[in-house]
Amino acid sequence: MQLALIILVPLLGAFAPALRRRDPVWRLALFAGLPALLSFSLLLSLLPQVLAGEVLVYQWDWISQLGLSFALRLDGLGWLFATLITGMGTLIIAYARYYFEGKATSGRFYSLILLFMFAMLGIVLSENLLFMLVFWELTSLVSFLLIGFNWHSQGARRGARMSLVITGGGGLLLLAGLLLLGQMAGSYQLSEVLLAGERIKADPRYPVMLSLVLLGAFTKSAQFPFHLWLPHAMSAPTPVSAYLHSATMVKAGLFLMARLHPAIADTELWFNLVVPTGMLTLMVGAFVAMFMHDIKGLLAYSTISHLGLIALLLGLGTPLAVSAALFHLVCHALFKAPLFMMAGMVDQATGSRDMQRINGLWRYMPVLMVLTAVPAAAMAGLPLMSGYLSKKMLFVESLQVSYPFWTTVVPVWVTLAGLFSVAYSIRIFHNVFYNGRPLDLPIYPPRQPSRRAMAPLALLTLGCLVVGFAPALVYDKVVAMAVNAASGTLVPAYDFSALSVARWPMIMSIIAMIGGALFYLARNPLFAIHSRLPEVDAKNIFEWIVDRAIAYSQRRVYQLENGSLQRYLALILVTTVGLGGWALLRFDQWQGPIALSPVDAMSVFGASVICLAALGVVVFHHARLPALLALGVCGLFVTLAFARFSAPDLALTQLSVEVMAVVIMMLALSFLPQRSPHESSLPRWTRDLTVAGIAGIGVGGLAYAVLTRPVDSISDFFLANAVPGGGGTNVVNVILVDFRGFDTLGEITVLGIAAVAVYAFTRDLHLKERVAQIADEHWVADPHPVILSMVARLVLPIALLVSAYIFLRGHNMPGGGFIAGLITAAALTLQYMAGGLVWAQERMLTQFRPLIGGGILLAGVTGMGAWVFGYPFLTSTFGYFSLPLVGKFELASALLFDLGVYATVVGSTLLILANLGKLMTVAGPGKEIG
Amino acid sequence: MIAWVIPIALGLFSLGMLFCLYRLAVGPDIIDRVLALDTLMINGIAVIVLADIQMALGIIFEAALLIALMGFIGTVAMTKYLLRGDVIE
Repeated sequence: MQLALIILVPLLGAFAPALRRRDPVWRLALFAGLPALLSFSLLLSLLPQVLAGEVLVYQWDWISQLGLSFALRLDGLGWLFATLITGMGTLIIAYARYYFEGKATSGRFYSLILLFMFAMLGIVLSENLLFMLVFWELTSLVSFLLIGFNWHSQGARRGARMSLVITGGGGLLLLAGLLLLGQMAGSYQLSEVLLAGERIKADPRYPVMLSLVLLGAFTKSAQFPFHLWLPHAMSAPTPVSAYLHSATMVKAGLFLMARLHPAIADTELWFNLVVPTGMLTLMVGAFVAMFMHDIKGLLAYSTISHLGLIALLLGLGTPLAVSAALFHLVCHALFKAPLFMMAGMVDQATGSRDMQRINGLWRYMPVLMVLTAVPAAAMAGLPLMSGYLSKKMLFVESLQVSYPFWTTVVPVWVTLAGLFSVAYSIRIFHNVFYNGRPLDLPIYPPRQPSRRAMAPLALLTLGCLVVGFAPALVYDKVVAMAVNAASGTLVPAYDFSALSVARWPMIMSIIAMIGGALFYLARNPLFAIHSRLPEVDAKNIFEWIVDRAIAYSQRRVYQLENGSLQRYLALILVTTVGLGGWALLRFDQWQGPIALSPVDAMSVFGASVICLAALGVVVFHHARLPALLALGVCGLFVTLAFARFSAPDLALTQLSVEVMAVVIMMLALSFLPQRSPHESSLPRWTRDLTVAGIAGIGVGGLAYAVLTRPVDSISDFFLANAVPGGGGTNVVNVILVDFRGFDTLGEITVLGIAAVAVYAFTRDLHLKERVAQIADEHWVADPHPVILSMVARLVLPIALLVSAYIFLRGHNMPGGGFIAGLITAAALTLQYMAGGLVWAQERMLTQFRPLIGGGILLAGVTGMGAWVFGYPFLTSTFGYFSLPLVGKFELASALLFDLGVYATVVGSTLLILANLGKLMTVAGPGKEIG
Repeated sequence: MIAWVIPIALGLFSLGMLFCLYRLAVGPDIIDRVLALDTLMINGIAVIVLADIQMALGIIFEAALLIALMGFIGTVAMTKYLLRGDVIE
């Protein structure tokens, strides 16, 4: 339970600074610092249990089918990292209180920092691998927000994007790797994964899994070649750099490597992957750091170098190497953060971070100088400092390597890197505080940092000193249990006394120190050479790569999806024919047992007319109007077919839809040229004809095969239950509004959305001038012929009467809301055509969009009415009533549902029609319709 | 008697439909084609009524009613377009 509290307290605390952004900085710092401090104290209270070797687990199942659960775990390694996160977090919050003095953005900063703390704690305390991944991605996201904190600056935005792409991409690879790992181990819970080490390493998928997991870890921990995002993340405010990019987030990858150590490490592949990467990172970081003139840039590259160092030690894999790695991790956090804080203070005091201009600050900030001397000496690895010990441990381990090639290369390499690190450590101290007088500072004389601002810095410096003077104490209390957890075995305590007398490491340290000092003294000629080299900005290269990748994928996509409807249809048909045909080819017999029914002349006639009309559309398709007419013939004969096979509802619906479709298509056609050009070539015709022919024959054959086989359809159920269940004798209508009412509700919603979409599209649409036709000179003068107006006026009440009749009888006889709606819409369309848009709109008092919405609402409310009586949604009821003259009749609640359908259909159709008509008027679009 | 009257009537109306289809395919002017479609629909009314009587269903008549009531709306739209270039003005 306490484990859950440790994680949740920062999350809950993140809301307070966000909500109270206008409060003064000190109060926000208090709101932020208290949760961090609380988590820290909770962790300290759990120390005795963890020291005793207990592993605390807290679990709550979430999605057990996927193996995902809220599971937290606290062992030595987790405790070490969690304490580092919360403790460092508290100090950073305190430091930020002075950094953000006078700025209004501290509220956002504090909530983001607490959110980050929550995410980071989630990574280190998580027991379930997938659960940990969620937090992994969350840290990438929050880091993105924090790097881009000063979002006005373009450099910050670009840097943030680059970091998100690299760390997010690594997260994807990590997901794949962890999924594989979970499958190989049989579970995603760490307790089980860590015990399955032998099985995992023997699995054939091990190389793939290891590469993926390591790639994820390397991108997060800025290993070569993914280290480029870290220097460009330095555009973040200094507290962010001190917290995320030196002490916590970049260590997440290394944490993962240590955490999964018992499961996936100690193989030759591990050594071959991790050690070279670590070594490259170590050297690249150390070498480039020297040439950075920006303080934070130097510190960024030195962080990269130290991360490479820790990775190298983890790669060496022996328990002693792991001890060295974790010890150095602690030391690094303790000396890097105060150096970053120093950078921030110098930046705010002088207005510049350029070390070529900042010199000789010892006169102005003596206290800061003293406080900085300790971490800088630790970073250099000077005797009596923590860094000295960890460097020596590194040298000792590097000499233990037994592989033939590496056994000479690694110690030499490590000494060289040590040399560079001494050089840049001297530089960061000497160049800032000594080295002559300040040159051209924006703020001169430099402002004094307040005493209280240096308190966090002082605490950390004290920490460095403690570790330096009493290493064994710190190791036993804090690091040893972490090493035990990471190796999975009990490792004997590190012998620090033996460290000071080892011969070769001592020689290596001395070489590094003297060499580094000489390198530093020779810096000026080296800077001159460096400044003559061409400038390379990693952000530019990164963005160039991204742009090229995007352009390439766009080209590939457009090759396939070029916007041509013919292409899509052809692809769909070919795929269908291919897959379906391939499956169906195994049929030995097309015809089934059912005998064919006798053929009558009318059916043959109708079928042949449909075929001929369809062919006619193809033949006429260049002349659009004749093609439309042929299409109308098809529609009419489909209606006759429905009538022939006694499907009256379908016939009525097909008829009504046909009328509306013709009108709407005419509206659209009037804006296209009368004839479409001849664009296809003979090979293309042949191809299209073949594809269409095979598809048609295939579907026809399939229908034949299905129809000649006996099938038990669901229609029996509906036929049997229409009257007792729905109260209506028209089975089709009962299915639509009762049995499958939910389906119909969805369909009218879609219809409404389509109509509103047409409305939105045509709202301010100004189409180009129409193509001039030959017939233009012969237009008849009269826009509204009298005969048509008269007939239209007579038809309207009759059509409405018929519409009402069809609507009311729909439940028991062919009819229903949909057909009635279409009849009404057709009659109203006639008014629009006969009287003109303006005339009709004056008389059309109902707005269309409310009509659509009202229809859907009515249908939905009718369904919800069933809830009032305790029945499921859309349960309908019916009853029989009798009126004096009318007699007995049946009334169902589905009638209201049908009314909703009716209203929606009328509204949608008229909305589409009126808006398309408004577009096509020669006078141009006018007032909004609907 | 009604048993052989209806097939003959159906046959004659089908012949009428064939003539309309011929005019739709051949009709030199566009208006011939439009009128052919309209006449086809009228024939359709007759065919539906006769088919319903023959099959003795009694429920298909409304389809004929609807064709009679609404069938001309499509023709009106096309004719308006031919006369004025605009369907709704």
